[in-house]
Amino acid sequence: MTVDPIHQFNIDKWFTIGTVGSREIAFTNSAMFMLIAVLSIAVLMIGFTHRQALVPGRLQSLAEISYEFVADTLRSATGEAGMKFFPFVFTIFMFVLFANVLGLLPYSFTVTSHIIITAALALLVFFTVIVYGFWKNGVRFLKLFVPSGVPGYILPFVVAIEVLSFLSRPISHSVRLFANMLAGHITLKVFGGFVTMIAGFGIAGWFGAALPLVMIVILTALELLVAFLQAYVFAILTCIYLNDAIHPGH
Amino acid sequence: MAEPAAHTEVPSEGHKAGFPPFQRETFASQLVWLVITFVLLYAVVAKFALPRVGGIFAARRERVEADLARARGLRDEADAALAAYEKALADAHSRGQAIASETHTKLTAEGEARRKALEAELNGKLAEAEKAIAGTKQSAMANVRSIAAEAAAAIVERLIGAAPAEPAVAAAVDDALKG
Repeated sequence: MTVDPIHQFNIDKWFTIGTVGSREIAFTNSAMFMLIAVLSIAVLMIGFTHRQALVPGRLQSLAEISYEFVADTLRSATGEAGMKFFPFVFTIFMFVLFANVLGLLPYSFTVTSHIIITAALALLVFFTVIVYGFWKNGVRFLKLFVPSGVPGYILPFVVAIEVLSFLSRPISHSVRLFANMLAGHITLKVFGGFVTMIAGFGIAGWFGAALPLVMIVILTALELLVAFLQAYVFAILTCIYLNDAIHPGH
Repeated sequence: MAEPAAHTEVPSEGHKAGFPPFQRETFASQLVWLVITFVLLYAVVAKFALPRVGGIFAARRERVEADLARARGLRDEADAALAAYEKALADAHSRGQAIASETHTKLTAEGEARRKALEAELNGKLAEAEKAIAGTKQSAMANVRSIAAEAAAAIVERLIGAAPAEPAVAAAVDDALKG
């Protein structure tokens, strides 16, 4: 019996909602897990804090820690001026985190293992930075591409590199998350395949299958770390990019 | 309609056109649902979740500050009470000392006055007694003179057999008394 490690990324259409032009808009497993993520976050942040206790219980602490974690990350990257983006960054962080972690549950689907989702989020950040940067700073936003203290004759090259690196931001921003999720899930599935394959050889196979099984346990712990870490990396890069829009001078 | 939750142990007949993340026909659905869920989540987060948790933090901070302020007020009150108590104690102490010294001086003065009065009285008595003694002495002296004169007259009469003249005896006695 072979296991296809790619099958877990399939988008399964549950029912069609409508068509836009020639494109079909369907409710899919991906949509389902996005809704589950939103619902889970709402339960965490609103359901768990319904008592508004002065001394928080465990569940309320979880909501408070989430709040403070994102708030501290944003404040340390952008200062007090960036706090108007707090709901935005919090939404991005929690959405990515819950999509990543929910994807680790058996039989579930990982929303962030699709490049279109991570690219859309990265482009949202990219255009937010550009629009806010010009709206807030006007032409001074372009100082972002002109580092101070660079000799005149190499300035054009430096500016070219700065512009290029700015334009490549959404690519690295989105591919990093997408590739991490994709690779992690493929690895897990491949080792899972080893377990069933080796166990198929009979009694000796059962002992042989123990090794990849142990590997899966370890890798799952690692993937849990990666799920959190990538959400954090995505959020902190968002904060750093937003800081460029708020304080464009180098 | 595909089965919702059966993509783990299923053999590879499932996927249609290559690698699922690059199947473009799924992009539109994913984007539509991403927009719907992201906007929904943003609204929930911005309208309900963050204000509530932020409110919890603010309430906690306020409560802690209020409690601290109350504790500070109580401590100040206690300090003030202690200071008042100490001041009252010191006042009582100094008043006690004042009363004691006042009483002392009064008693001393009284004693002195009484002593002076007694002394004066005694002095008076002494003077009186001295006067009485002087009077007694004088009268005694007078008696002595007359007795001496009589005795001298009697002695002279016995010796010579004739009574001497009164003035001569008196002069002789006076002479003897002076000597």
